[in-house]
Amino acid sequence: MSRKPYVRTMSTTTWYMRNGRYKVYVLRELTSFLVAFYCFLTIFALAALASDSPDRWNAFLASQQGTGMVIFHALALLYFLFFQTMPWFKLAPKAMPVQLGEKKLPDSFIIIGHYVAWVILSAFIFWLAGVI
Amino acid sequence: MAIAKKAIVWGLFAAGGTVSSFVFPALIALFLFIATGNTPEGLQFEQFHAFASSWLGKACLFIVLFLSLWHAAHRLRVVAHDFGIRKDALVANAVYTVAAIGSVLAAFYLIGIG
Repeated sequence: MSRKPYVRTMSTTTWYMRNGRYKVYVLRELTSFLVAFYCFLTIFALAALASDSPDRWNAFLASQQGTGMVIFHALALLYFLFFQTMPWFKLAPKAMPVQLGEKKLPDSFIIIGHYVAWVILSAFIFWLAGVI
Repeated sequence: MAIAKKAIVWGLFAAGGTVSSFVFPALIALFLFIATGNTPEGLQFEQFHAFASSWLGKACLFIVLFLSLWHAAHRLRVVAHDFGIRKDALVANAVYTVAAIGSVLAAFYLIGIG
C-alpha cells in the first residue's frame, strides 16, 4: 500500500443526495419509520381495547379522526405501497427463487403470485373489518 | 456477531418485511377509514373486542406486531448508519430494546382483552 492511500471524501449524512438510485434507496429505507409508527399506533389501540370499556374505545376512535389524520394516512398509504410493498414483491424472486427440476420459475410468476396473494389477504382483512 | 444469532435477526427481518408488506396497506387503510369518521362495523367496540378476545385473533395481531416491530428495528438500525450515526452497538441496543418493549406491551394488552 502506498504511504498516502487515496481516500475519497464522502459525507456520512448526505451521501445519497448525489445519485438518484441512492435517493430511492433512502426513501425505501425510511418506510421503516412507518412500520414502527403503525405498530405502536396499533398497540395504543389495543391498550384502549384492553380497558374492556366501550367508552374508552370510542374515545380512542374519536381521537383518531380529523382532516389532518385523513391526509396523513392517505399519504402514508401511498408512500408505503410504492416504497415498501411494491419493492418487496419485486425483490421476492431474488430472495427466494423457485427451482423446478432444471428450470427456474420465471420471476414474473413469483411477483404476480405475491400480488394475487396480497389482494386476497387484503380483501380478507377488509371483510373481517366489515368494510366489504 | 455469531452466525446463529445473525440468522435469527435476519429471519425476523425477512418474516417481518413480508408480513408488513402484505398487511400494512390494509392496516393503514383501516386507520384512514377511522380518520374519516366512517369506522367500519368490524372495528366497532363489540365486534373488534370479540375478535381480539379470541385466541386466533390475539395470535394474528401478536404475530403481525411482533414480526413488524423487529423488522422495523433492524431497518432503523441501518437507517441510523445511513444518516451518519456510527455507534452501531448503541443504536442496535436502542432499537431492539424498543422492539422488545413494544412486543411485551402488545402481549400484555392482548392477554388483558376479554
